[in-house]
Amino acid sequence: MTIDDKLFTVKYKPDEVSHLRPDFEKCKSCTSKICTTICPAKVYEWDDGDEKLTVNYENCLECGACRIACEKNCIDWEYPKGNKGVTFKNG
Amino acid sequence: MTEIKHNKTEVIVVGGGPAGIACAVTIARAGHEVILIERGSFAGSKNVFGGAIYAQPMREIFPNFEKEAPIERLNIEHKYAILGQEDSTVISYRHKDTDTPSYSVIRGKFDRWMAEQAKKEGVIVVDETVVRELIIENEQVIGVKTELEEYYSDIVILADGVNSLLAKQIGFRDKIDPKDVALSVKEVIKLDRQKINERFNLSDDEGCIYEIFGGPMLGMLGLGFMYTNKESISIGLGVGLDALCDRKIKPYELLDELKKHPTIAPLIKDGELLEYSAHLIPEGGYKKVPTLFGAGVMIAGDAAMLVNNLHWEGTNLAMISGKIAGETAIRALIKGDFSEKMLSRYQKELENSFIMKDLKTYRNLMDEAHQRAESFMGYYLNQVNGFFKMFTTVDSIPKREKYHKFIFDFIKKRNIIELFKDAFSGLKLFWSILIK
Ligand SMILES: Cc1cc2nc3c(=O)[nH]c(=O)nc-3n(C[C@H](O)[C@H](O)[C@H](O)COP(=O)(O)OP(=O)(O)OC[C@H]3O[C@@H](n4cnc5c(N)ncnc54)[C@H](O)[C@@H]3O)c2cc1C
Ligand code: SF4
Ligand code: SF4
Repeated sequence: MTIDDKLFTVKYKPDEVSHLRPDFEKCKSCTSKICTTICPAKVYEWDDGDEKLTVNYENCLECGACRIACEKNCIDWEYPKGNKGVTFKNG
Repeated sequence: MTEIKHNKTEVIVVGGGPAGIACAVTIARAGHEVILIERGSFAGSKNVFGGAIYAQPMREIFPNFEKEAPIERLNIEHKYAILGQEDSTVISYRHKDTDTPSYSVIRGKFDRWMAEQAKKEGVIVVDETVVRELIIENEQVIGVKTELEEYYSDIVILADGVNSLLAKQIGFRDKIDPKDVALSVKEVIKLDRQKINERFNLSDDEGCIYEIFGGPMLGMLGLGFMYTNKESISIGLGVGLDALCDRKIKPYELLDELKKHPTIAPLIKDGELLEYSAHLIPEGGYKKVPTLFGAGVMIAGDAAMLVNNLHWEGTNLAMISGKIAGETAIRALIKGDFSEKMLSRYQKELENSFIMKDLKTYRNLMDEAHQRAESFMGYYLNQVNGFFKMFTTVDSIPKREKYHKFIFDFIKKRNIIELFKDAFSGLKLFWSILIK
């Protein structure tokens, strides 16, 4: 079962704007890109061609790990608005 | 001023988890006004745990919960499973204790029930509302800012969980270090009641807990868990965020490996994934407890790092710290004094309770565990399985030879200096846990 299949079981109400805002300039010089590894929802993906981090914030499980692990400590991270984001039924 | 008065109450509690609910209901029972603000669409909708709740502390807050609350199963068996690559050693303690049992629950149902009870007892619960900031005037917290409104109060209690952005805002703690949290991922797997009962050797409504060491987490500071629900299994693991970063490991892949282990796989076979989730666990312990109070503010539960990770205790520390914060708030309201000095009672009472006593007992645990993770969470776990492999194998080799070889390998594979370091670390830990 892939992570996409797993995420398919999660109920979301996505916002139109991202609640996760890395400083994309800093990401360019980040060596580990650790957010792309440790995020349990594969929210972050590094695009080598474009030299850019994509943020699939709609999949975020709101755990807070990326905020703590970010190599450059550069993620402006907040909770999604009250009626948005993830809803766990079986947490 | 009239505008301020309009949105003014006696106490605001931020966060509808066990800490916040216990706190708010304590205050409401004493006849004071209290607003509980929760960001999720209902209490529990953002919360994830193993998990088990513990009857004794629960009864302190909700004496009748065993009759009324949505409980899954009464846990009658604790299993400690040490997994090798393919083999395992499992120690099991079975006892149907109805005096101080634990129950498996699902937070989406259980926290929601607790919040409903709190509402019935007078707590004003505001859902779907994120507190973005604390309002501070003359170095005193006097209210909260949400997306839409400002609410004012005599006291604000922060029960906003492990990430507590609010504790950070008011400088009660620094940025959290990756080694001070574990990232955990969990899957709830649907399985029919009959199968669960057969596979775990249970009758209806009896439950079993697995604490899992090693396996895909060998050498890392991490633990796996399994809990039986009525018609599902909760399986997951929590691993130090520092270890995940250092080793560049995807947490869900680790869980996939755990699920494939020959000791675990048959237990969840043919189950259907109901829900995947993730959450952080505070792991900093006593040394990382933030400032706990200030003028007009107190901080409880995970937001204050109050977790005893060795025993999987969190909800109980959350509820009791919430209750103590609530009791302190009541005294402050009676006196009309919300100063730092008045609220310092909160810390004193926490220190007199099992909460700080236990955290203090284990104050060196995480440091030692981090330093010796490779040996305590790797080498020795392998040796346990190695010993039983040697002991149970019948191969016409004389037993004394086998013992000698086992002891010889034990020392050789882990050079003597490391063995001494491990022993020293172990002794230091025992000393600090049992004596001083
Ligand atoms: C995988 C895992 C397994 C665990 N297993 C167990 C176990 O078996 N037994 C046990 O006792 N403990 C266990 N724990 C620990 C336990 O879950 C926590 O210690 C406990 O939930 C802490 O309660 P709390 O009320 O402090 O925080 P939480 O339960 O996290 O509640 C915080 C609440 O605040 C809300 N919130 C946060 N920020 C805001 C904001 N700005 N505005 C409004 N609302 C906000 C959140 O939505 C949430 O509802 C486990 C934890 C994990 C992650
Ligand atoms: S770890 Fe931080 S700096 Fe590096 S890519 Fe991710 S968000 Fe950018
Ligand atoms: S908060 Fe957790 S789930 Fe969301 S992006 Fe960060 S690491 Fe991923």
